[in-house]
Amino acid sequence: MVRGLAREGGRVSGVTILQGARHWKSGATIDVAMRDGAIVEVRPSQSAEIKSDTLIEAAGRVLAPGLVDLHVHLREPGQTSKESIATGTRAAAAGGFTAVACMPNTNPVVDNVAWVRWVLERAAESGHCRVHPIAVVTLGQKGEQLAEMHALAAAGAVAFSDDGRPVMSAAIMRRALEYSRPLGLPIVCHEEDLTLKGDGHMNEGAVATRLGIRGIPSQAESVMAWRDVDLAALTRGRVHLAHLSCASSFEALRHARRRGLNVTGETCPHYWMLTEEAVGDYDTHAKMNPPLRAEHDRLATIEAIVDGTIDCLTTDHAPHTFEEKRQTFDAAPFGIVGLETAIALTVTGLVEPGHLSLARAIELWTDAPRRVFGLPQVSLEVGSPADLVLLEPEERWTVEPAAFYSKGRNTPFGGMQVRGRAALTMCGGRITHALPAVVIRRGAETGAAVGAM
Amino acid sequence: MNHARLHPHAPAPSGAGASSHPRHLLGLEHLQRETLLALLEDAAKWRERARTRELPCERPRGVTVCNAFFEDSTRTRISFELAEQRVGATRVSFSASGSSVSKGETLLDTARVIAAMNVDVLVVRHPSSGSAAHLARHLDAIVVNGGDGTHEHPTQGLLDLLTLRDAWDGRFEGRRMAIVGDIAHSRVARSAIHGLRKLGATITVAGPATLLPAEVESLGVRVAHSADEALEGADAAMALRIQRERMECGLLPSMGEYAREWGLNAERVSRMKPHAVVMHPGPMNRGVEIAPDVADGERSVIFDQVENGVAVRCAVLEWCAGSLAKAAA
Repeated sequence: MVRGLAREGGRVSGVTILQGARHWKSGATIDVAMRDGAIVEVRPSQSAEIKSDTLIEAAGRVLAPGLVDLHVHLREPGQTSKESIATGTRAAAAGGFTAVACMPNTNPVVDNVAWVRWVLERAAESGHCRVHPIAVVTLGQKGEQLAEMHALAAAGAVAFSDDGRPVMSAAIMRRALEYSRPLGLPIVCHEEDLTLKGDGHMNEGAVATRLGIRGIPSQAESVMAWRDVDLAALTRGRVHLAHLSCASSFEALRHARRRGLNVTGETCPHYWMLTEEAVGDYDTHAKMNPPLRAEHDRLATIEAIVDGTIDCLTTDHAPHTFEEKRQTFDAAPFGIVGLETAIALTVTGLVEPGHLSLARAIELWTDAPRRVFGLPQVSLEVGSPADLVLLEPEERWTVEPAAFYSKGRNTPFGGMQVRGRAALTMCGGRITHALPAVVIRRGAETGAAVGAM
Repeated sequence: MNHARLHPHAPAPSGAGASSHPRHLLGLEHLQRETLLALLEDAAKWRERARTRELPCERPRGVTVCNAFFEDSTRTRISFELAEQRVGATRVSFSASGSSVSKGETLLDTARVIAAMNVDVLVVRHPSSGSAAHLARHLDAIVVNGGDGTHEHPTQGLLDLLTLRDAWDGRFEGRRMAIVGDIAHSRVARSAIHGLRKLGATITVAGPATLLPAEVESLGVRVAHSADEALEGADAAMALRIQRERMECGLLPSMGEYAREWGLNAERVSRMKPHAVVMHPGPMNRGVEIAPDVADGERSVIFDQVENGVAVRCAVLEWCAGSLAKAAA
């Protein structure tokens, strides 16, 4: 192992070896050596003891590139009672993520270069994974004046979004798509016609009628999805449709695909796991935007993932405080946390029932989102950054919100039995999360002799 | 998908009679038929006592009730207050205006403060659907829903049922009820629908499509295309109050058109069965959802509804006292 280093003949520090992992695509059992944050060797696993600075026993676990979540609310700056970059990225690491893209609807909103830089610096100081800031489309997210997209991109923004609010004016959206086109960065569209949404708080349908909660028709989302697909045709701009939840929106995405437009789309685990019935008796943990839909929309979500209409999966991790959610249904904010349950809900809801192979499911959280945002790809090959996740796809566990690393405990999945979790996460070769069951031997325990293989 | 499994923390159905919270009265949807019938029977007794001035007959000893009204409602509040006097409860009242609510305190904290004063029963009127269930989940006090948003108004539903019990000689099976108007925003309609269905009546609703909630048939009602169709052969009709702001929201073009198309007038009412009755939860917009001659006509039981309101609230409070006694035993 690490032959290049071995030939140097002496002790070389800083080597970590993952032994006996199952390759997420090929299924081969491999040993992976890492140094200075990158993979330096990959080879078929050998049963002999390996000596290194750090040895991670990975037998029986699946090794994959670290997961990426393109749609996360880290709430910083300004809303640290809900979440911070430190706690949000720690939650991400616990979920197997090595990179997240964070939405700019903070307080203040990320609508200038200074705040983009601030997020990046804060992430460098306190983050547990890579953080890619998304900047706003319009100043103050007011939907009126375009942000300085070129400067924001130069500062490190990877996309633009007024997420949390739609860009209601079709004219402004057209200008945004035209103006951002040379940058090649997507505009992430929060699809919601506010006039159709009105004062709605959950999906419009039988459950809302029974509970006396004002409903939001699925068309509040889909008419905007269709609009932005059409605007992508007009402008040849780069559109990414966020958190899609209903059949008609998936049709819009298929239509865009057929026309060869530069349009991609994402959906989130709650839309394939739950329906509006989860609201039950006014459970605010089932209140999110877009709202949980009807069963036919849930099935359409699965179909869109299976047939490739959906490009990647995201969580829309939206932490809120306990007190904010402990209100009447109409007063409680929209949103649930998702980073620490994402892979389990993917395995439980998509892989276990046979909708997707495990490899395809992982791809939708790894290679696919990196492609959508044009982020550098990560692989299990020499030279790749050591942004890795060791998954236990078979492990059954119970979701316990009290044990979350996120400050947000607002999930409708609390107490649910799920399958599959991240056992260990590494970002740039640094272990950012490990379950207690993972055996990690360091220094003297391993002999610390590099190149023993 | 098994939502019971996926949603393990969802509270059990929380009406009176539901297993988890049998002591609260949050709605008629989850109230057991037997409980509902017993409440009507008790209410009829309370009404008789009131008529013969034999009050108070029974005093639920030591029961303290707080009327917490976060929304204006003169008639419901007075009705509860009278009922509390008649059953001999200790009563305090609270209204949102000028209270700590206007200073930013949450509904739950306000209710907890009230409950901490050893209040046994909290009658809650609140503009948010589910507010009564929300408080019931977190408080030890018994919660009686005095109307929550556009969800339910169970004591109104009970008084409607008591009124119909009289009009229909105690027989609900096979009876046909027409409810005309703004179903979407009506907690009165939902409670009436749940209660009537439990007792065997069938319900037809009618109103402008903009005022019918999505998938309204899922409530177990038939939808008529016109008021005339709904009223044809009905055993009773209920006109719902139309609020002027529905015009401002673009749900109605004008009150005049509503009155012409959906208002209960003499000609329409004549389509009902000969002994059918006309109801209205009040306050009425005379000349809009109900014509003055119908409101004051011989079919009208609108003031019977008001009288019955006090009686059912007496019965509900007595039932709460019984729950407390059971808990103490």
